[in-house]
Amino acid sequence: MSTVQAPPSDLAPRILSNDPGDHGTPHGREEEWRFTPVAKLSDFFESGQRGLVTAVESEFVTMTPAERNSSTVEKAAHWVASDLPSALVRTHASSVVSVAIPAERKVDEIVVVDLAGSEGLNYGRIEICAGAFSKATIVLRLDMTTDVSGIVVTDVADQADLTVLALYDGPRTSRHVWQWGTTVGRDASFLGLAIALGGSIIRLRQNVRYAGPGGSAELLGAFLASDEQFQEFRIFVDHSEPHCVSNVVFKGALSGAHAHTVWIGDVVVRREAVGIETYELNRNLLLNDGPRADSVPNLELETGDVVSAGHASATGRFDDEQLFYLQSRGISEELARQLVVRGFFVEVLDKVKDADLRRDVIRRIEERIGMDAIEQQLTGVDA
Amino acid sequence: MSTLQITDLHASVVTDAGETAILKGVDLTVESGRTQAVMGPNGSGKSTLAYVIAGHPKYTVTQGSIVLDGEDVLDMSVDERARAGLFLAMQYPVEVPGVSVSNFLRTSATSIRGEAPKLRTWIAEMKEAMAGLQMDSTFAERNVNEGFSGGEKKRHEILQMSLLKPKIAILDETDSGLDVDALRVVSDGVNQFREDSGAGVLLITHYTRILRYITPDVVNVFAGGRIVETGGPKLAEVLEADGYERFADLSTA
Ligand SMILES: Nc1ncnc2c1ncn2[C@@H]1O[C@H](COP(=O)(O)OP(=O)(O)OP(=O)(O)O)[C@@H](O)[C@H]1O
Ligand SMILES: [Mg+2]
Repeated sequence: MSTVQAPPSDLAPRILSNDPGDHGTPHGREEEWRFTPVAKLSDFFESGQRGLVTAVESEFVTMTPAERNSSTVEKAAHWVASDLPSALVRTHASSVVSVAIPAERKVDEIVVVDLAGSEGLNYGRIEICAGAFSKATIVLRLDMTTDVSGIVVTDVADQADLTVLALYDGPRTSRHVWQWGTTVGRDASFLGLAIALGGSIIRLRQNVRYAGPGGSAELLGAFLASDEQFQEFRIFVDHSEPHCVSNVVFKGALSGAHAHTVWIGDVVVRREAVGIETYELNRNLLLNDGPRADSVPNLELETGDVVSAGHASATGRFDDEQLFYLQSRGISEELARQLVVRGFFVEVLDKVKDADLRRDVIRRIEERIGMDAIEQQLTGVDA
Repeated sequence: MSTLQITDLHASVVTDAGETAILKGVDLTVESGRTQAVMGPNGSGKSTLAYVIAGHPKYTVTQGSIVLDGEDVLDMSVDERARAGLFLAMQYPVEVPGVSVSNFLRTSATSIRGEAPKLRTWIAEMKEAMAGLQMDSTFAERNVNEGFSGGEKKRHEILQMSLLKPKIAILDETDSGLDVDALRVVSDGVNQFREDSGAGVLLITHYTRILRYITPDVVNVFAGGRIVETGGPKLAEVLEADGYERFADLSTA
């Protein structure tokens, strides 16, 4: 496979190739990897005996051998790996979790994809296709105890309306390195929600491109990192089509002495992408002193002919006055913390339209906050 | 019948610059059915007194005691104090983004009452209380204190008081930021609450204006971190005419 030269932009990936040999092994000095604890991910950069991420088959979900040309594999064929882990998955994952929503099909019930792997490091190759004019909500549930190096290639065809919610939960031991590549078709809408709660390391790279004018991509994230957890979110939105919209909102709550989160939001607006709207925001809430939140928005405008373009980033300490106010109304400290943190995430959680799904996500977040509040009481750490 | 007994209360605030004593020996008793006014110049420590009673973590009590019906208040956490029957309507209510008024009120009512109020009766109760304070029903969907005007914040504080039904309520400058009409509505709310609940009220104010609507039983002048004079409602009129100048020396004592 030949190496494709990346388009000339400072923010676009340097090397695009599905051949692992074309990608160097990350050392941590590269811009792309400078925040990541690469030493703890060395097996993600090597080929070897790996497990496979699987899903239970259902009406819209099939396990497809990677060689066979299924509709999703075909649609996803244009996707090219931009780093070593994703190239390894692309090359070695023998089977694809394929989620296909037929054209013009409105799926009312949520399509839940429960992903599972075996002991050790697993390759996960997931392809999602929403046919033209279709509408669906897909939940990728990663309640996983094992490590995963994965790619999610998503194709949202013309005028399709697709929501994908990925839930990274489970114990604080597993490592996740994922790359999402999403193509948004003409007048299509994509809503990608990443909820990151579990794992010891979660690294999620999300790339979005538009295949026609009028597309809309919303990338939302809610993440909660505590203790030794590391979470990294790298966004790249490539506006190369006119009259498209991108809206990126990531909110993180951090607690414990050693939690570390990273958010990098790269948006490129190319010369031909006139009349677009783009906004990106990252807010981090430090529940106590100690955690570290890196936040870097980058906006590269090659045209001034846009409707709007902006970004914002802020990291603030948990406001003890809010806690006092709520407690002075009889609300326990634990509940008060849950209320404040839930309030902090509301902007993101409100986008989860399905009430049951939203409740499930809120419950998971509150359980995490509750756990921390109780742990802090037990250890006497004043947060 | 409840009694909040404050005896020889000393408190200080710790800042980067070190520890500063603010309360310097406050003695005060607030009883059910009675209203104590505390009046004093800017910076005399009135809000500090209110915060210390409520248990704000910024202040340290260095001496003295606060006892509610025989229970040591200083031993209680902030939420325990509220559940014991203390309420503070704050001078500067705090914004809580993303938390709706209705969710907030129901959560506090549940915490104070020990059980969740039945949804139907709760909605009726809330509607009635809001109507009494001439608050629009859309108010409940807004986030706590976020973007509230000064008057809305104060109404919201009094709304909470009437729903949470404390034994002793401390109102810190509830009149500030209110125009005449709003002051009347809020004062009516407080009077209604006094009448219905028979609670004790500690009314903190800088101006005498509110005392024309809410009649106190006792007026205390607060200066330099303690009470320097106590009298009947007439004392307020004297203060209205003369101002606090007479107590200026005491402030620096
Ligand atoms: N958290 C704090 N940090 C530093 N100084 C404080 C703090 N709280 C109060 N003080 C100081 O203590 C003194 C008393 O303040 P306080 O707010 O209690 O006065 P007040 O009588 O309520 O005034 P006002 O009439 O303006 O409301 C002031 O000098 C104030 O600057
Ligand atoms: Mg004050």
